[in-house]
Amino acid sequence: MAQPGRPPAASGHSSQNGAGGERYSNGPVQNSLMHSSQMLDGQGFSSTVPGLYSPQIPTKVPVHPSSGQYNFGGSQNVSPLSNQGSGQTLNRPPVGPISMAPLQHASSVSQMLPPSQNSAAIPSSSSSFVPGAYPPALSNWQYGQTPMSQPTGSQTNHFAHVAGTLSTQPLSSSGSTNPATSYQYTVSPGGPPLQNSYMKPGSVPPPVNRPLASAFPPARPPLGPPPAGGPPLVRPSATPVGPPNSNLPQPLLNSATNQEAGDATAAASDGSLVQNSYDAIEGGGFMATTYPSPAPQNLKMGRNVGYSYPTLPPGYQNSSSPGAPGMQSSPLQYPAGPQPFPQPALGTNHITGSMGGLSLQPEGLRSINLLQERNILPTTPLQAPIPNLHEEIQKLNCNPELFRCTLTNIPQTQALLNKAKLPLGLLLHPFKDLSQLPVVTSSTIVRCRSCRTYINPFVSFLDQRRWKCNLCYRVNDVPEEFMYNPVTRVYGEPHKRPEVQNATIEFMAPSEYMLRPPQPPVYLFVFDVSHNAIETGYLNTVCKTLLDNLDLLPGNTRTKIGFITFDSTIHFYSLQEGLSQPQMLIVSDIEDVFIPMPENLLVNLNENKELIQDLLRTLPQMFTKSLETQSALGPALQAAFKLMSPTGGRISVFQTQLPSVGVGSLKSREEPNQRASAKDIHLTPSTDFYKKLALDCSGQQVAVDLFLLSGQYSDLASLGCISRYSAGSVYYYQSYHHQHNPVQVEKLQKELKRYLTRKIGFEAVMRIRCTKGLSIHTFHGNFFVRSTDLLSLPNVNPDAGYAVQMSVEESLTDMPVVSFQSALLYTSSKGERRIRVHTMCLPVVTTLNDVYLGADVQAITGLLANMAVDRSVSASLSDARDALVNAVIDSLSAYRSSVLSIQQPGLMAPYSLRLFPLHVLALLKQKAFQTGTNIRLDERIFTMCQVKNQPLIFLMLMTHPNLYRVDNLTDEGALNINDRTIPQPPILQLSVEKLSRDGAYLMDAGSVMFMWIGKNCGQNFISQVLGVPSYVSIPQNMTHLPELETAESTRTIAFISWLREQRPFFPILYIIRDESPLKSSFLQNMIEDRTESALSYYEFLLHIQQQVNK
Amino acid sequence: MESVVFIFSLIDCCALIFLSVYFIITLSDLECDYINARSCCSKLNKWVVPELIGHTIVTVLMLISLHWFIFLLNLPVATWNIYRFIMVPSGNLGVFDPTEIHNRGQLKSHMKEAMIKLGFHLLCFFMYLYSMILALIND
Repeated sequence: MAQPGRPPAASGHSSQNGAGGERYSNGPVQNSLMHSSQMLDGQGFSSTVPGLYSPQIPTKVPVHPSSGQYNFGGSQNVSPLSNQGSGQTLNRPPVGPISMAPLQHASSVSQMLPPSQNSAAIPSSSSSFVPGAYPPALSNWQYGQTPMSQPTGSQTNHFAHVAGTLSTQPLSSSGSTNPATSYQYTVSPGGPPLQNSYMKPGSVPPPVNRPLASAFPPARPPLGPPPAGGPPLVRPSATPVGPPNSNLPQPLLNSATNQEAGDATAAASDGSLVQNSYDAIEGGGFMATTYPSPAPQNLKMGRNVGYSYPTLPPGYQNSSSPGAPGMQSSPLQYPAGPQPFPQPALGTNHITGSMGGLSLQPEGLRSINLLQERNILPTTPLQAPIPNLHEEIQKLNCNPELFRCTLTNIPQTQALLNKAKLPLGLLLHPFKDLSQLPVVTSSTIVRCRSCRTYINPFVSFLDQRRWKCNLCYRVNDVPEEFMYNPVTRVYGEPHKRPEVQNATIEFMAPSEYMLRPPQPPVYLFVFDVSHNAIETGYLNTVCKTLLDNLDLLPGNTRTKIGFITFDSTIHFYSLQEGLSQPQMLIVSDIEDVFIPMPENLLVNLNENKELIQDLLRTLPQMFTKSLETQSALGPALQAAFKLMSPTGGRISVFQTQLPSVGVGSLKSREEPNQRASAKDIHLTPSTDFYKKLALDCSGQQVAVDLFLLSGQYSDLASLGCISRYSAGSVYYYQSYHHQHNPVQVEKLQKELKRYLTRKIGFEAVMRIRCTKGLSIHTFHGNFFVRSTDLLSLPNVNPDAGYAVQMSVEESLTDMPVVSFQSALLYTSSKGERRIRVHTMCLPVVTTLNDVYLGADVQAITGLLANMAVDRSVSASLSDARDALVNAVIDSLSAYRSSVLSIQQPGLMAPYSLRLFPLHVLALLKQKAFQTGTNIRLDERIFTMCQVKNQPLIFLMLMTHPNLYRVDNLTDEGALNINDRTIPQPPILQLSVEKLSRDGAYLMDAGSVMFMWIGKNCGQNFISQVLGVPSYVSIPQNMTHLPELETAESTRTIAFISWLREQRPFFPILYIIRDESPLKSSFLQNMIEDRTESALSYYEFLLHIQQQVNK
Repeated sequence: MESVVFIFSLIDCCALIFLSVYFIITLSDLECDYINARSCCSKLNKWVVPELIGHTIVTVLMLISLHWFIFLLNLPVATWNIYRFIMVPSGNLGVFDPTEIHNRGQLKSHMKEAMIKLGFHLLCFFMYLYSMILALIND
C-alpha cells in the first residue's frame, strides 16, 4: 500500500457509506497522509497488506511531517535495522517468501557491494527473496538514456546527486543496502544557470527547465559489474536551450481537435450539449479550453516520478571521478543515439542491466523442481508481486487489491504472449470499500482530449503547461485551474495535485456527466409468499433484518422503498400517506401484468416510515395460511421492472422454488443420477426470458439481486441471468429452513445486513482503458457490455469483482511501461455523481524469462477460473477441466523449452509460478468444476456465479482454503487492531498429513469455516475454548464458540471474528470431530490429498510432468 | 423455364447481397460505438431467418432444377446457416446475442462471416447472371 494518502484499507465493511474519505476541495485541505512516507514503515506495497484486507490500521502508518514534500520512501531508508540481514536489500522486510522485493533494490545492492564483499554476499543473498535479477544480459541497459534532442553545443553537466549522504556512507561500507537515490540531472540549460545540481536527499528534485520538445533523459544508473572503478557518473543529457515557453510554437490544442473518443455526442466542450446516452457521458464532458499561458520561464516542472533514478550507491559515486571511468565504463557510456523514448519520465528498472555482474541468481529467477519441493506454500497470505517499476512510480501505483494484472511484466508482442502460454488480463475490484480515498471537487476534470483518460500519476508533464497522456501519447494542455494545488496552496505545481499523486482517486462529477438529475436511491423488495416460501420461514428473518436496518439503508431524504409479494398472483402494497395501514392490491392477471396504481407503491422512506414498519411487521403473518404453491416469478419481475423503470434502482428478489406459472416458468432439469457425468448437466439457461428482462432492466438502470433460498432444484442457471446481466448479485442459501437449518438463518441475517447497509452506486458505467496497443477482448463479471469497452452497471456494490482478458494488438515497441485505467462513474446514495478512477502502470518486457518473472499466480488462477466458467457454459465441464490442466501443462512446457537452458529432470517451474499447479488443482476440486455426484446443480452454478463476481481474494480463499492450527495460538506476531490482539497463526498446507491428533485446526474456506478437533486435542483447549468438559462431549452440530473468560477463548474468538470481518459474506463455523457428518466436507477441502474422484497434488504433478516431458 | 429459375435466383441473390451489406454496416456501427449492442443484435436477429430462408430456397431450387454444380456450391453455406441457427443456446437471444457479442472476439468473427458471405453472394450473382443470359439465349 505504498500509495500515499491511502493507508491500508483495513476497515471492515462499514467504512465509508457515504462521503468517504478525505476530500480535496479546491481549498486548503489537510493532506498529510498523502505524503506520508512509507519509509518509516519500511514497507512497501506488499508488506503493509499482510492480510486479506490489510489488517493494519491507518494510524500505524506514520504520518510524515513534511507534507508538502515528496519523500523518496524506500530508497533512502537509512534505518540500519532493515538492512543487515541478507546481503540483499531490503528496505522492506521480507514479508514472506514470495513477496517480491522491488527489483531495483537488488540491483543497487549488486552495484553497491564492493568487490571484496561480493563473495560474502552471495551465500546469504541467494537465499533471500529478491526476485528479479536477470542473468547479466547487458543489452538492455542503455535504453532510455537517449536524449531526444541534444543540442550539440550544449555543455553537458553531470551531477550525481546523492540522496541521503549522511546515511549512505556507513551503509555502503557495511555492505548492506540502501539503494541511495541519486539523481543525475544533467542539464545543460539555456537559461542562466549553467548547472543545476540538487542535493536534496529525499525530496523532489526541484524543477528544471524542461524545454518543450526534449524528453528529459532519465538518469539511469550506469550499470555494470560492480567491481571496476565505478561507472561513469557523467552523462550527457539532453537539454536543449530552454527558451521561454511562450516563444515556442505551442500547438493549438484548443482548436478543432475536439475529438471526443468513443462517443458521438460527447463533443461537449462547453458542457452544455445535451447528451443522450451514458456512453457519451462517461466519455465526454470535457472542458477543452486553452488558457493563456503566463509562460513561466526556466521554471521546471519536476515530476519526480520520472527523472529520478536511484543509481549508484554513494560509495561509488564518491570514489570514482567522472573523468576516470573504470574499465567497464566505455561500454557503459550512454550512447546518445536516437532511441526514441516516448515517455522518458516513466521507466522501468531494468534489472537486466542492473543485475549485470551480480553473480548470484536471485529467488525470482530460480526455477523450482516442484516434485522435490513439497513445502512451497507460504505461511503468510500470498502477496501480489510488485511490478518491476521504478520505486517512485511503484509507490504511486494502484493497490493490487483494487487492480491487478496477471502478468506484472507485460510482454511486448502478442507472439511473446502466445509463447508464454499465460493468460493476460486484469482483475478489478473497483468499488471496494476504502478507508481513505482522496476525493476531488473541481470544476474541471482534466482528461486527455483524444482518449478521454483521466489525468493520473503516470502521465508526463512536458512542461508546466502541457502533459502527455500515458495511454494514447497525445499532448494535452493543463487547464488554468489545475495549476493551483489545493493541497499545498501553491500555484504552478500541477504535478503535485492530488490527481497526479494518487492512483486511486474520486472526482465529484459536474453536470456534464449526468444525463438526468441523479436518481434517488430506490429499493424494491420482491418476496415469494407461496406455501413453500412460508414453510421455510425466511420472511420472518428478512422482514426483521430489514426492519432493524431500515435507518441504515444508504440514502438520503429522497430514498424510496416499495414491496411486492407474489405467489400465483402479484400483490402490491400501497403505502399512501394517511392510510392507517398498508393497503394490499392484488393483480391476478399474470399474463399481462400492469401496475394497479400509479403512485404510492414506491414511497419515500422517511415520510412513510411508520407505515413501512407496520407492513414489515405484519408481512410474515399475512400469508401463514396460504396454500398457494405456484410461483409466478416472471410476471412479478415484470411488474417490478415496470414499477422501477421511471427511476431505476435496486430490486431484491427472494425466491424459494422453481417459477411455475406465467412467463419465465421453468421446468426441472436436474436428474440426480446424471450428476456424475460431467457432460449432460445443464449449465446454460433454458430460456432467454430472464436475460431479456435483465437487459431491459439494465437499460432502465435497474439491478436485480437474487436471493435463492431453496431446498429443491430451482434452475439457478436460468434465474441467475436476471442478476448477471443487470449487474446484481446472487445469494444462495441451500435448503434454507428456519428450524431445520438454523445456521443458515444466521448466515442470511448477517449477509442481508451487509447487503442492506453496504455502499451502493446507482446508474453506473465503467470503462477500462489501456495503453494504445493493448486491447480488451473479453469481460467477466456481472454487467452488460454495452459497447466495446463500456460496462453498464445499473448498480455497483463494493463486493463485486470484475475481470477482463486482453491481447496485445500492436507491438509495444518503445514503450517502457503501459498503463491501465478504470473509471467508474456512478451516483452515490447521497445523490452525488462521482467518478472513481484507478490507474495502474506496468513495465513492458521483451524476453520470455521476464514474462515468467512477473507472473502473478493468483491473478492467473482467478482469470483462468473465469475463463473456465465460460468454457463450461459454452462447451462442457470436462472441456473446461481439460483446459485448466492444459493451461498448466502448456505454460510449464513453454517454460521448460524456451527458458531453461539446461534440461533438468523433474518438473521445473519458475519461482513465480510455483503455486500454479496447486492452485489449478484446487480449482479442479472446487465446487464449480469438480466431478462427482455429491454436488447439486444449483450449488455448482452458484459457485460459478461467485467465481465470476467475487473479488480475487475471496475467490482464492474459496478455491484454496487456509488452514491454521488454533489450539496453540499465541500473541507472538499478533496484529493489534483497535485494542484487539489478533493472533496470526501460520498457514498450513492442505493435507491431512499436516493434521495432528493433538491439535485443533481451523480451515477457512471463505464462505464456510471448519474447526477440526483432533482426538487427543489438549484438554486445555477443549475446556477453555470450546467450553465442554471432554472430547466426546463436543456436540455433533456445534456452530458457535462460547465466549469464555479465558485467554485462549479470547484469542480464538478474536481470530475467527477478524477473519469474518474481512469479508462481505458470513462464513458459518462448523466445529467437527472425527465422527461428524461434515468431516467429508472438511476432507474435501484438503486439496493436496486424494479424493475418490480427484488426484492428489503429487499425482497431479506427476501427470503434468508426464505431459510436459512429452 | 430455366430462365425463370435464374431470374428468380438473381433477384434472391441481390436481396442476399443487400442483406450481407446491411449486416456488415450494422456490425461496423457496433464496432465504432454508433449503436449499442442491444439494438444492433435485435436488428440483426430479425434478418437471420429471412436470410436463411432466402438462401435455402435458392439451394433447393437449384437441386430441383438439377443444377448440380450450383447446388453443391450453395450447400455448405446453406448448411452453415441452418447449423448456426439451430445451435443457438436456449438462453441466448438469437444468433447475435448482445451479452456475448463483445466477448471472445465474436464481433470480429461475425464480421468475417458477413464478409465471406458477401463475397460468396457476389460470386453467385455473376454465376446466375451468366446462366440466365445463357438460358435466355437458348430459349
